[in-house]
Amino acid sequence: MVELSDFLIVAAILFSISMAGIFINRKNLIVLLMCIELMLLAVNINFVAFSHYLGDNSGQIFVFFILTVAAAEAAIGLALLVVLFRNRQTINVANLDQLKG
Amino acid sequence: MISFEQLLFYLFAAIIILSAVRVVTVRNPIHAALYLVLTFFTTSALWILLEAEFLAITLVLVYVGAVMVLFLFVIMMLDIDIAEMREGFVSILPLAVVVAVMMVAVMVMVVGPHHFGLEIYPAAVRHAADYSNTRDLGSVLYTVYLYPFEIAAVILLVAIVAAISLTHRRRPDVVTQRIEDQVAVTKSERLKVIEMKAEERR
Repeated sequence: MVELSDFLIVAAILFSISMAGIFINRKNLIVLLMCIELMLLAVNINFVAFSHYLGDNSGQIFVFFILTVAAAEAAIGLALLVVLFRNRQTINVANLDQLKG
Repeated sequence: MISFEQLLFYLFAAIIILSAVRVVTVRNPIHAALYLVLTFFTTSALWILLEAEFLAITLVLVYVGAVMVLFLFVIMMLDIDIAEMREGFVSILPLAVVVAVMMVAVMVMVVGPHHFGLEIYPAAVRHAADYSNTRDLGSVLYTVYLYPFEIAAVILLVAIVAAISLTHRRRPDVVTQRIEDQVAVTKSERLKVIEMKAEERR
């Protein structure tokens, strides 16, 4: 039988991959957004796995809401990206230093 | 002996991890988006194994169908200089791999079979063939979680308004009809009554 820990380990690996992806793709805003989607997916796998093994539906409801928020986040993030590209002709994060932070 | 279910699980898990690695390492953002589609699709297969059928279908419809198409749309719309984006990729790769491996090692210590194995969390009893996951979720979603559900709807509405108001632009060089000015016009601006002497009838 597949154990609960197997699913949790897959989710942990997925989360770590997407975190490493944020490090190595730190200039490309689109891939950064994709990495965030991957992280949310890893969390969702945890929720669904726990929901199945504990026999409680609440975990799946939470995944439903996370999917909603993630879809909204992707839509707004991509809209910001389009506006950014329109104003700067680049989406390179290294060039976004107007605020001099 | 490895069961059929385990075989499926390991197959799907391998595809998920390999395609996730490709998402973060591939050069072309379009390829990254397509690998992300593969990751989502395989994850939905994994959720079917966990009897979360409704969420599995939702993941395919919402993510593969809508969000990833949006990503592809934006990637193809923008003219991205890939070579510039890859700057510093190789130099930071070893550090990222070390951090990721250490994170996985620490997390596996926490969530490994020692704490979440079959002895502590036994395999759930499979539902009967006439069990409906969608009905089950709906009966909770529309009663206990009604307020969060409505808030989720408001969040989506705000996202729509935000996305449109961010990307919508007025171009000053284009001639357009200004309806608000047309409606606000008064009689005195358009109609001029001229006093003149009536002509004699012939």
